Amino acid sequence: MRIVYFAWVRERIGKAEETVDLPAGVATIADLAGWLSGRGEEYAHAFADPKVVRAAIDRHHVKADAPIAGAREIAFFPPMTGG
Amino acid sequence: MASTIRLQSEDFDVAAETAALTRGRVDIGAVVTFTGICRASEAGHDVAAMTLEHYPGMAEEEIGRHVAEAERRWPLLGVVVIHRHGRLVPGDNIMMVAVAAAHRGAAFAAAEFLMDYLKTQAPFWKKEERRDGSAWVAAKSADDAAAERWAKALEG
Repeated sequence: MRIVYFAWVRERIGKAEETVDLPAGVATIADLAGWLSGRGEEYAHAFADPKVVRAAIDRHHVKADAPIAGAREIAFFPPMTGG
Repeated sequence: MASTIRLQSEDFDVAAETAALTRGRVDIGAVVTFTGICRASEAGHDVAAMTLEHYPGMAEEEIGRHVAEAERRWPLLGVVVIHRHGRLVPGDNIMMVAVAAAHRGAAFAAAEFLMDYLKTQAPFWKKEERRDGSAWVAAKSADDAAAERWAKALEG
């Protein structure tokens, strides 16, 4: 599964994108954020306050309880500040 | 309805975009434009420059979804949304919205609706260059509240 990161989530993790093989049991966005947090200090830092980090599945905004099965691209990013 | 959505690093010309929106049309009676401009001061600190990061692909799609929603809510005759990315300095244009309709009510309302949603839902992030280093701009709860009132208006 392809995962992309933006803004300070990208900076904290230290990469803009990666492809990961997910273990069984990672079913939702919240599960994925939790699993990523365990991959190292940089991930734990990025997801330190998981409520702040937003997510998108295949370029659509989703909530933390959204199932990720079948997703091609999942994005994590801070609240948006465009406009 | 004709709509134009562009993401670009280069500047845009509001007058030229507005003229293109109305050229050859005699049904348009109102055009409302909004231009967002980079400020030199934000919440009490100086801003030397800002860099706008975006999510390519999703940014265009998300703006397109809001333009489609605006079209469902109001009788619009044309929409232009242009958002820049990359490094901008104070005085530079950041983005513009232009909405054309037969009457001003729909044009004003749709322009405000689009701005309120773009602020909170379009995947763009601003990083400011300040005297003491650079920092990501924090999202404002006032912007969330502005977007939420449209959802309430829909429910009501």
